[in-house]
Amino acid sequence: MDKAYLVLENGLIFEGESYGAKGQTLGELVFATGMTGYQETITDPSYAGQIVLQTAPHIGIVGTNQRDEESSQIWVAGYVVREPSRMSSNFRAERDLVQDLIEQNIVGISNVDTRAITMKIRDSGAMRAGIFSGDAITGESEMVARVSAAPEMKGASFSNQVTTKEIYSVPAIGSRIGKVAILDLGIKRSTIEHLAGRGLEVEVHPADSSADEILAGKPNAVFFSNGPGDPQASGSQVEMLREVLKRGIPFFGICFGNQLLGRALGFETYKLTFGHRGINQPVMRAETGRVEVTAHNHGFAVRVDGDEQDSPQGFGKVRVSHRGLNDQVVEGLECVDIPAFSVQYHPEAAAGPHDSHYLFDKFVRMIEENR
Amino acid sequence: MPKRSDIKSVLVIGSGPIVIGQACEFDYSGTQACRVLQEEGIRVILINSNPATIMTDPDFADATYIEPITPEVIEAIIEKERPDAILPTLGGQTALNAAMALHALGSLEKYGVELIGANVAAINAGEDRQIFKQLVLDCGADVAKSVIAHTIEEVIAGANQLGYPVVVRPSFTMGGLGSGFAYNETDLRRIAGAGLQASPTTEVLLEESILGWKEYELELMRDRHDNTVVVCSIENFDPVGVHTGDSITVAPAMTLTDREYQRLRDISIDIIRAVGVDTGGCNIQFAVDPVDGRIIVIEMNPRVSRSSALASKATGFPIAKIAAKLAIGYTLDEIPNDITGVTPASFEPTLDYIVVKAPRFAFEKFPAADPTLTTTMKSVGEAMAIGRTFTQALQKALRSLEKRGSSFHWGPQALSAAELLEKIKTPTDERVVLLQQALRLGVSPEQAFEGTKIDPWFIDQIVLINEVAVWLKELDSLDKDALKRAKQHGFSDIQIGQIRGLTEKEVRELRYSLELRPVFKTVDTCAGEFPALTPYHYSSYEQMTEVIPSDRQKIVIIGSGPNRIGQGVEFDYSCVHAAFALRDSGYETIMINCNPETVSTDYDTSDRLYFEPLTLEDVLEVIHAESQSGELLGVMVQLGGQTALGLAKGLKSYGIPILGTTPESIDQAEERGQFQQILDAAGLRSPANGIATNLEEAVVVANRIGYPVLVRPSFVLGGRGMEIVYDEKTLHGYFDRIANHALVDAEHPLLVDRFLDDAIEIDIDAIFDGEQLFVGGVMEHIEEAGIHSGDSSCTLPPITLSETQIDRVAKATEEIARGLQVRGLINVQFALASDVLYVLEANPRASRTVPFVSKALGITLAKAASLVMAGWSIKKLVAEGHLPAQDGKHLPVGTPISVKEAVLPFKRFATKDGRFVDSLLGPEMRSTGEVMGIDVDFPTAFAKSQAGAGSALPLSGTVFVSVADRDKPQLLLPVRRLSQLGYRILATEGTAKMLGRHGIVAEAVIKHSKASGGQRSIVDMITAGEVDVVVNTPSGADARIDGYEIRAATTAADKPIFTTAAQLSAAIGSFEVIREGKFKVKPLQEYARERKAMISG
Repeated sequence: MDKAYLVLENGLIFEGESYGAKGQTLGELVFATGMTGYQETITDPSYAGQIVLQTAPHIGIVGTNQRDEESSQIWVAGYVVREPSRMSSNFRAERDLVQDLIEQNIVGISNVDTRAITMKIRDSGAMRAGIFSGDAITGESEMVARVSAAPEMKGASFSNQVTTKEIYSVPAIGSRIGKVAILDLGIKRSTIEHLAGRGLEVEVHPADSSADEILAGKPNAVFFSNGPGDPQASGSQVEMLREVLKRGIPFFGICFGNQLLGRALGFETYKLTFGHRGINQPVMRAETGRVEVTAHNHGFAVRVDGDEQDSPQGFGKVRVSHRGLNDQVVEGLECVDIPAFSVQYHPEAAAGPHDSHYLFDKFVRMIEENR
Repeated sequence: MPKRSDIKSVLVIGSGPIVIGQACEFDYSGTQACRVLQEEGIRVILINSNPATIMTDPDFADATYIEPITPEVIEAIIEKERPDAILPTLGGQTALNAAMALHALGSLEKYGVELIGANVAAINAGEDRQIFKQLVLDCGADVAKSVIAHTIEEVIAGANQLGYPVVVRPSFTMGGLGSGFAYNETDLRRIAGAGLQASPTTEVLLEESILGWKEYELELMRDRHDNTVVVCSIENFDPVGVHTGDSITVAPAMTLTDREYQRLRDISIDIIRAVGVDTGGCNIQFAVDPVDGRIIVIEMNPRVSRSSALASKATGFPIAKIAAKLAIGYTLDEIPNDITGVTPASFEPTLDYIVVKAPRFAFEKFPAADPTLTTTMKSVGEAMAIGRTFTQALQKALRSLEKRGSSFHWGPQALSAAELLEKIKTPTDERVVLLQQALRLGVSPEQAFEGTKIDPWFIDQIVLINEVAVWLKELDSLDKDALKRAKQHGFSDIQIGQIRGLTEKEVRELRYSLELRPVFKTVDTCAGEFPALTPYHYSSYEQMTEVIPSDRQKIVIIGSGPNRIGQGVEFDYSCVHAAFALRDSGYETIMINCNPETVSTDYDTSDRLYFEPLTLEDVLEVIHAESQSGELLGVMVQLGGQTALGLAKGLKSYGIPILGTTPESIDQAEERGQFQQILDAAGLRSPANGIATNLEEAVVVANRIGYPVLVRPSFVLGGRGMEIVYDEKTLHGYFDRIANHALVDAEHPLLVDRFLDDAIEIDIDAIFDGEQLFVGGVMEHIEEAGIHSGDSSCTLPPITLSETQIDRVAKATEEIARGLQVRGLINVQFALASDVLYVLEANPRASRTVPFVSKALGITLAKAASLVMAGWSIKKLVAEGHLPAQDGKHLPVGTPISVKEAVLPFKRFATKDGRFVDSLLGPEMRSTGEVMGIDVDFPTAFAKSQAGAGSALPLSGTVFVSVADRDKPQLLLPVRRLSQLGYRILATEGTAKMLGRHGIVAEAVIKHSKASGGQRSIVDMITAGEVDVVVNTPSGADARIDGYEIRAATTAADKPIFTTAAQLSAAIGSFEVIREGKFKVKPLQEYARERKAMISG
């Protein structure tokens, strides 16, 4: 067994075994509590820059397969698991997870007390960390120094790393209802599938696109995807979104897209202590009073006081459409006077429960009503 | 949506006696429900016939009816109490069926009472296979191809259409009773015939075979606002073909991708909506084809179930409690998650550990039974273990079973790899260990998968355990890292010792010297995302422990482990009561147990809960962890049956204080010679006896004291291996039978007693504090001595004993308690023959009858005993109102009579050729549960107990009588009475002749063994349903083949059978009562008020 170390910026060091690629990796250490869907998790671009710890102890049992990839690569900066599987057992398994990690040079660590580490993060907040294995192992103080020198998540932007380089289209499936232009801030494949599957032609644009570029193809609606980073560091996208909103074009945003809508409307965003990363999070939908069990992956959130406020940027009334029931965090925004809404969580839910698929239907209806 | 304001009183229906497929998990769920409803200010009315339950404690309801769960009785309760609603979803299939029967009778409408939790339409949709199947298809999900049949002809035609093998599932039965796989028409006729019989609607479903598919179960909850959450997913280790109650199961599901898991979740939610379970829990079972992932919905239960209890314990999400809240109108988001305190219940628990449940079987009690596991549940209990990895959880679960050979081992193996591979193709209770042996001896994982269809990942985990064992063996020396690795994969000190050639003690001492101890993690529903308020712990070998220091005085209570025959809910009752009493008196209570079905493993029963195997190693580690802070007063071992008792010596050897009666005294009671000295000193007699460590010695002893003799191994519970032996030949046979069970050796000698024919057996439960004896109750057995006390019915107060005789019993008990230096509970069994009192045995511990005594007389014995063990005197307990001033020795005239009756599981066990095992009672206990009947007189109380046990005499019909010669005189009167009452009497030739001489008309029928060429024997007639009652007492020396055939046929035909004269007499005595019709009902609380009035007046 080759040794590996997980080093936290507060000086805590956990010794474990090397998992995946050997070397050094730095990033923000976060924990994800889903018991299924590790492949979807690691291929979710929103995790760029983050070392992900899985609280579920056995990881890799069902292997990996192409169908379940949420993007074309693994994005996590590093991977922390308790007990990696020695084999893959599932009728859809194509490769072993460890093989993917090695091929894509993802440095990981296993056989550490993942629960103890989770509780540290819960109590102290998400923090920078590093995984060191093989030749990268050095003295303790040196490893801590390297971790402390790494950039912080607060203020960081990853959009240019995770976005598409070129515009590309995905045809509508079934009868075509219209076209949606997506600003790719780290989009997941299943989001595109949901939109295309409802008759929308999908046009995916790079994260630095201007309003004119986005609207050049005369889309019926604009969509901002999920993605990594601090929304405060994405001023240009916020400006661009205001342009779109002013033109009255229907808008839907997910996750990072929700934070950018919040900022475009004039609200603040802030960093949560340790964020929400799991597929079991209860969210209350204000309109019906019903609870959805939802997939979350966010370290930042929008601040809106009360259930309804006027947009400080003059876009009219804004309602908090969804709130997290664990901590009352804003989980969705809905504009009353313009056709725009967004959710902080993941209705595409890959991985996660399918309780919120209705939001895609709602988007389609909005497009039809605003044609 | 807040609580409904229109529900002010609720009738909760319990699940009745413990039977296979319906055990104390419903005591757990019912107790939770009652507590919740009471907290909500709702008047709780409870019916349950099972006195051993915690829910039937008068504290948990406003009106507690220990009455038979029949529609007529429930209607009488409704009439009296006028509840606003009935909650039928927490009492298993029994409660659900009772609710449906009430609906059919029109009682619900008549009294304007509403079913909450599930309505009639939802129960129908979930339970009626045809409706359910259509509903699943309408949801866009798939079901196995199937045919419904109501007659055997329809069954045969259906099978021809589907092709063999086919699965047979009777409608409206629980625990898979009557279901099975038929590979050909002969199988089919037998299984489906029994299935039609077992189904209250004479309906069976035939299905295409999905043998070998992966099996999953999801536990869901839904509220009246249509919020639905999945509480837990469970994966079966054994593929489809083994009843989920008999399978090793794992939570969460391990071998599903998110895409497949979410598909199961989507289907489940669609189904719970379509079925219309408006509020509460349900579970849905799936089969998944391992080749292409095709999903088939197997079944759903629109109620809280055995797996709900498991899911609750596995996740920390209290399903029953929340189901009760939902039923009275709350929604999930309005109910806080107790464990975090800050988050709502409208979420899905996420686990950062693995839970493994392993079933506990009792085939050793039914040597003739076929141990092949099928879709009919046969296990009698289960153990659950929590680990941070599957290997750890699996090994902990297997050692939690406390059964020889249930753990993996690396010792000698007599079978070859090829033989093992052949064996594991058939699922049996031993398969998992045989699989480990096979892999160890070179069977490849692929071969193992082909042979068993157990998922390759599970097989690989066992390969991993074997690899660790080999690695451990080959190490030059054991260092801390090596031991830690073994521990992380769940190896016990015993296993490590076996691998390294060390004793358990040596391994432990090495481990201690290396300072390698487990840490304790918390079950928190959320994988650490939020802080947990409830100290519900499990061990793991990792870095950080979560045990919070405390400065209080601590008492550790050791539970009773998995249910088995002879050790069931009764012991959990005592443990839970001790926890409550000690907690109320200011002690910090710490519970250790591994049985997920129990109230003791509810996270709010004790101050701290450790879900751990009850082995010396695991218990020592918990005690060590708790000893790091506060003051450990000691450990209670008297309450958890033989499991806890068995740990006493070991704990003491590590310097752990044992509260109450010392381990030495416990030994003294078991050790023949020492116990005899105590009896001699007190001038008490015991039947002539001796001890033997082998056959030769046993023969010598038996010849000296004379046959018949009662033989029993020492240090066992439930009469394991206990038999009455009438001659030397049988004694030889006895040693042959027990040869492989290691029951008798030099350290554990066989006790040989002269058996007293025709004696009255008496049981007494009492508390002794060193000075004073407090009698809980004196019970008189209805069957004569020789039937195990657990299988015998008994009455409290006694009905034939004189005051003087009772005084002698109490006096003798006090002498024994003093002699044994008992501090706490003592149970003594006596036999009274020709007015001579013989001491049969003394047990200085909680007995099976403690809860019965408590319910019958309103004396909370277990609570008081726990305080005596903690050092209180009986005087103080009386002064502070924990015990009544007058004990249960002499009871005033007018005291109601309580009768306890045993419930037997013979219908669950078939022999290899498909016939039922013998239903004869004997000194080895085989009942799974009990019921109680309480009323003003013995006949009525007895009639109620029979109705509760489902063995009441029919009002008219045909009786077949075949009795041993020695029983003939006693049977004359009852049979005459039956004849006078209009029954048609059938008898074998000899008996018919004898009856005729006494003027009783009896038709002679042909014995099975004498029938030839087309003649119909009595067995044929019983099988054809022409006989309504069977009276068959075996002639002592051997259970003759005819007797066996008769009893097996009667069991198969599901007719009442009486195997002792005493039983029949009592039943006939109660017959008039039944004829008059309705039982009168009265709650325990009213009996208590009357008792008070009687004493003060």
